[in-house]
Amino acid sequence: MADLNHLIAEAAQDFAACHDVPALENAKAKYLGKSGALTDALKGLGKLTAEERPAAGASINVVKQAVEQALNDRRDSILAAAQAKQLASETIDVTLPARAQSAGGLHPVTLTLRRVEELFHSIGFSVADGPEIETDFYNFTALNIPDNHPARAMHDTFYIDSGNDSMEHVLRTHTSPVQVHYMENNTPPLKIIAPGRVYRVDSDATHSPMFHQVEGLWVDEQISFANLKGVVQDFLQKFFERDDLTVRFRPSFFPFTEPSAEMDMSWNGGWLEIGGCGMVHPEVLKHVNIDSEKYRGFAFGLGVERLAMLRYGVNDLRHFFNNDLRFLQQFIK
Amino acid sequence: MQFSEQWLRSMVNPSLDTAQLGHALTMAGLEVEELTPVAPAFSHVVVAEILEAAKHPDADRLQVCKVKVGEEVLQIVCGASNARVGIKIPCALVGAELPGIQIKQAKVRGVESFGMLCSAKELGIATEANGILELPADALVGQDIREYLNLNDSTYTLKLTPNRADCLSILGIARDVVAMTGAPITTPEIAAATISSKLTKAVSLNAAEACPAYYGRVIEGVNAQANTPDWMVRRLERSGIRSISALVDITNYVLLELGQPMHAFDYALLQGDVAVRFANAGEKLALLNDTEVTLKADDLVIADGNGSVALAGVMGGKPTSVTDATQAIFLESAFFTPDVMAGKARRLGLSTDSSYRFERGVDFGNTLNALERATALVLEICGGQAGAVTAVTAQLPVRKQVALRHAYLLSILGIDVSLAQVGQLLTQLGFVYTEANGVFNVSAPSFRFDIAREEDLIEEVARLHGYEHIPALTPVASLGMLVAPEATRSKHWLRDVMVNNGYQEVVTYSFVDASWERDLYGNSQPIALKNPIASNLSVMRSGLWGGLLDALDYNLKRQQTRAMLFELGARYEKSAQGFVETLTLSGLVYGSVQPEQWAAEARAFDFYDAKAHVEALFAQPVHFAVEQHPALHPGQSARIYLGDKAVGWLGKLHPQWQQQYGLTSACYLFELDADAALATQVPAYSEVSKFLPVRRDLAMVVEQSVSAQAMIDAVMNENISQLKQVKLFDVYHGKGVPENKKSLAFLVLMQDTCKTMVDEEVDTIVARILNNWSSKFAASLR
Repeated sequence: MADLNHLIAEAAQDFAACHDVPALENAKAKYLGKSGALTDALKGLGKLTAEERPAAGASINVVKQAVEQALNDRRDSILAAAQAKQLASETIDVTLPARAQSAGGLHPVTLTLRRVEELFHSIGFSVADGPEIETDFYNFTALNIPDNHPARAMHDTFYIDSGNDSMEHVLRTHTSPVQVHYMENNTPPLKIIAPGRVYRVDSDATHSPMFHQVEGLWVDEQISFANLKGVVQDFLQKFFERDDLTVRFRPSFFPFTEPSAEMDMSWNGGWLEIGGCGMVHPEVLKHVNIDSEKYRGFAFGLGVERLAMLRYGVNDLRHFFNNDLRFLQQFIK
Repeated sequence: MQFSEQWLRSMVNPSLDTAQLGHALTMAGLEVEELTPVAPAFSHVVVAEILEAAKHPDADRLQVCKVKVGEEVLQIVCGASNARVGIKIPCALVGAELPGIQIKQAKVRGVESFGMLCSAKELGIATEANGILELPADALVGQDIREYLNLNDSTYTLKLTPNRADCLSILGIARDVVAMTGAPITTPEIAAATISSKLTKAVSLNAAEACPAYYGRVIEGVNAQANTPDWMVRRLERSGIRSISALVDITNYVLLELGQPMHAFDYALLQGDVAVRFANAGEKLALLNDTEVTLKADDLVIADGNGSVALAGVMGGKPTSVTDATQAIFLESAFFTPDVMAGKARRLGLSTDSSYRFERGVDFGNTLNALERATALVLEICGGQAGAVTAVTAQLPVRKQVALRHAYLLSILGIDVSLAQVGQLLTQLGFVYTEANGVFNVSAPSFRFDIAREEDLIEEVARLHGYEHIPALTPVASLGMLVAPEATRSKHWLRDVMVNNGYQEVVTYSFVDASWERDLYGNSQPIALKNPIASNLSVMRSGLWGGLLDALDYNLKRQQTRAMLFELGARYEKSAQGFVETLTLSGLVYGSVQPEQWAAEARAFDFYDAKAHVEALFAQPVHFAVEQHPALHPGQSARIYLGDKAVGWLGKLHPQWQQQYGLTSACYLFELDADAALATQVPAYSEVSKFLPVRRDLAMVVEQSVSAQAMIDAVMNENISQLKQVKLFDVYHGKGVPENKKSLAFLVLMQDTCKTMVDEEVDTIVARILNNWSSKFAASLR
């Protein structure tokens, strides 16, 4: 029987000359196909004697396995090369900028109000609202500010023109009327905050004719001025995330609270006025048929733009209403 | 209320320095708004006299003066043109430190100079000065100028709350300082004047409830041209009142000292008796400020035989006012009730120190005292002889007793103060009380107009106890969960959807220019303000587009090229029931869909981009109907319906307004009722069909004007149970489709919940659809 070992080198050479899988399959036929050299050799085994056959078969098999190994190796190598080529062709610059989308954002007043709402919600306050075009009654009278009371001069009020002398409708000068609406329609215990737009006839570097307040109200049987201090101090410390922040309460006057206080907050070594507060005046409770012997409450009002300015370091109130995108987009978070 | 510290300290002098006193006032509720020293810190400046003044040998405008500063005589070179022999002036000695100047021994143009003669500006007590400050001839040479001019003083400005009218005087503030510190008070001694004139004036009270106390007296033989003494001028000036003439200064002085407004008439110019009465409607009165007012029947006046001579408690009349020629005066001290005074001055456009006090409440227990105090000052300063006091009084206000329950006080404030401490505080306030079983029955003094109920007393105790001594306690309350219904979304959710779609929130004014309402909303009768802050902010918005366009304009002028803006806020409309406020969400897109970039073709926003943003806001499907809006392009305007309720608008800004706003490209706007978008549903499960849906695609050729939505609605309205969805997936014009027509491709999904559909069923449904479209829209299969 002819020596077949030379086929191993020949096959290796033929396979190496193939550069894709179809060519390789063609080359394989010469050795392992139906009329390939090794197939023929195996067929020739039948002509040998029973004694010769095992040794001859074994030697053919050795050659066949070697050729098959060479074939598989070459196939793997062709596939690996093809994959590498594809990967190389698919390589991109991953440092290019992402496909750009518009980045939207909330107004800083909204960010501030949302945070205020979250903080008060965490201790059980609901959010209430009321009309901005108010009647004189809700904006003043029901809050214990009768006609001609000097306290009305503290509010530079916008009046709605009804085409006559009527001064009945005003743009609310504070969010306090929401207290009255809410107390008319709900029974104690009550815990609300009322954020919203308010209006005063005043416009300069530190005053805007429209601004935002948030009103707070807690009416229950055992509420005290000490609780008012506790809640406001807790709120301001949490809002500014500063445990060392102190709040100073100073006697003041609002017709709808008594005792009344101005709230000052420690800031950069001084005191900053942050809002007004007090115990709800019994006259206000009387207007809404709440028994002031059984219930009492506290109320406070905070300036939202002031909170936003301090929180975010904004130095000019007018930024809030110019709607300059270069300003607003600083608050995307 | 502005006043001089020294004046206050002349009545009460607690052991607190200037700043501490200011802090104490603030913390007691008398907020110190401003605290300024009368003069800056300086020393070594004394009263001096110029003995000799000779021209400087080498400088025309300088003089070499010999100045007596005490025992010593100094040589000082001075450049002031008013430096002359004999005058007394302030002289800064060597070593003195003035604001910005250090005084050293120096040679001025070769001549030795040992100090500086000072102007008021150099001393920091005036902003302007013309030459060196000339002092009165009787000034004591050598005396420290700070002492001589009383410069160790400060000016406090209080921001008083309307309830504390009792603190609108030195006496009132002194009383409160006593209450807060316990320091003793020294009030001016007031004695009845000796009657040395026979002249009197009869007074009749025709409006006793408006003026329950009127005291008047004639003083004759006064020198109206007398000089107001320096100490009085100084106290007045440091309290913000300019010196005018001795008689006017005296009434102002008493006003500040005791809080009692007074008026002096020229006695000779008053005709007959004086009456206090309400004005006759239409009556005219010429006032001291050279205006003439026309009075209403509820204005209170002082009148003589000829008519009104003063607007009571507000301002005197011009014709009867004191002048330099006045020889006799009729001095008035009265109590006008706050109820009658309230609002009167403001109605006439006036506000005076007098009306300000009467409106808030003047101490009716001190009216006569004030008259005697003013009399004594007139006699001292202007001379003259006082006549007898004419006193007319009626029923003065009665201070009712107010009960203060100790236990209630403690529970309201959340503090622990003993019964005895409360009593002590009430006493310090000058309140009279009896106490039994823990209840104080308190009578407020005549100067307190703000003590009518228990809470008023609680506030008094709280402020004297000190708000800073009330603890800050977290309340203890029952815990109930706060739940919003699951079928509603919050406003924050709406905002978040907008932000996630790339919009920036803006906040614009609720009041806008009337032209925006007219142009954008066709609203010729907007809700107007009586007193707008500016003519372009004069009406309430009935929609938010004006504000958004304004914000766009502002940013385009600052080199922005694209914008996505939204606002969530109220719009304001009139209805038969009154004013209606609707929470409204409005959006605006302008420019390219995406920011400028390498990764996408630049494409401008169009109607369908904005439409997608609108649809993203609703939980239930909304419909868009072809309707017209004044702000919008007539061919690109849709009204938004939720069910059959109109909830908003969407469209392209009308080219007319686009041009007016100077916008170079198209702008798309939408506006919707926020509540419609906030409603949603609690999800409810329904069986998922086990059988696969069947899909058929239908390309239909129709006229250009046919609405795809109308075609879908038409077949869906047939309520074919197995028809699940009809959806447009392509629109085509061009080759193969006749001109003026378009091809619309729909996918049709059909499904049976119980079985697999057979071809005949599917074909039947498709046939129904084609029939429907053919008959209603003249549609044919392509």
